Amino acid sequence: MWQELREELVPQGVEVLTVALDSGGAEAAGPFIDAANPRHPSLIDATHRLDELLGINNVPMGVWIDEQGTLVRPPEIAHPGTSVLRDMLAEHGVPQDAPPLLLETLAEAAKIRVDPERYGAALRDWARRGGESPYALSPDEVVERSRPRPPELSEAAAHFELGVHLRAEGDVDAAREHFRAAHRLDPGNWTYKRQAWSLEDPLQGPTEYYEGDWLKDVRASGAEHYYPRPDL
Amino acid sequence: MILTAPEIDPGAFAEHTGWEIKPEGACKADRCVPLPGAPEEGPVPAALLAEPLGMALVHDAPRALWALGPESGGRALLSAQMPELELPDRHGRPFSLGSLRGTRVVMVAWASW
Repeated sequence: MWQELREELVPQGVEVLTVALDSGGAEAAGPFIDAANPRHPSLIDATHRLDELLGINNVPMGVWIDEQGTLVRPPEIAHPGTSVLRDMLAEHGVPQDAPPLLLETLAEAAKIRVDPERYGAALRDWARRGGESPYALSPDEVVERSRPRPPELSEAAAHFELGVHLRAEGDVDAAREHFRAAHRLDPGNWTYKRQAWSLEDPLQGPTEYYEGDWLKDVRASGAEHYYPRPDL
Repeated sequence: MILTAPEIDPGAFAEHTGWEIKPEGACKADRCVPLPGAPEEGPVPAALLAEPLGMALVHDAPRALWALGPESGGRALLSAQMPELELPDRHGRPFSLGSLRGTRVVMVAWASW
């Protein structure tokens, strides 16, 4: 998806850079990168540095950076073109012989609202017009539109980082304690939740270790709120 | 930022958080926060940085680890300057985000999960 768009953007002076937020590092993200075989830089952030530095709390989220290294858009949901999952479901429907949890998860995922055409159009406008694009924000607007960070979110980030660190060290139980604390302190952070859940179950279903799971939490918050509409 | 002792090397702190420790305090972008009681050189007690900067200091006593969260009390971004960061590609080769300076970039975070 990004690969195709990149070929269109590069001649206009915009490079694509993708970063996988994956505590499993190359082992987890590598096969996906190999399959996509991107020509653009494709990096791996195994300790979720971007979450903390920019306030990223879901994926996919994107930022736009100008030639001077200044952000002209803060982190926001970034679907550039079509939605792969949505297109697959529209074309093939939900496979009826799939496990019940997968069926329910796909049905819920289909309710998630994305607006790829709008985001793609804004990105193309910026590629064409640069700083003259109305979608390129001033530094003050970028800061103002970034996520609020009250003290409990700093505490959540510290717990999440300990969780990732301890998991990498092999102390799985201790990691779960810190992941649970991060989830409690920053309940709207899908990155913290999904990273931890996925380490127990690829479908992010219910486990004895966490109060929430993908289906339960998406239903509780409403699928329509899963991806906040970019303020374009 | 993971710590194995409740003190921080100023160089490592600057590299990880972008906050530089100067005589006038901890400084990032156009903001300087006084650090009363901070030593003029050498490691700084984590607690001396945590409170003035709104950084949570979480202690995991059984594992003798500390983690210092990011600054809080405002927005996730203190300035619109993209922080310096080096990350590996899938073969472990380091890539500096700053190497793309001079080109516009759309950076997208995704995940395998």
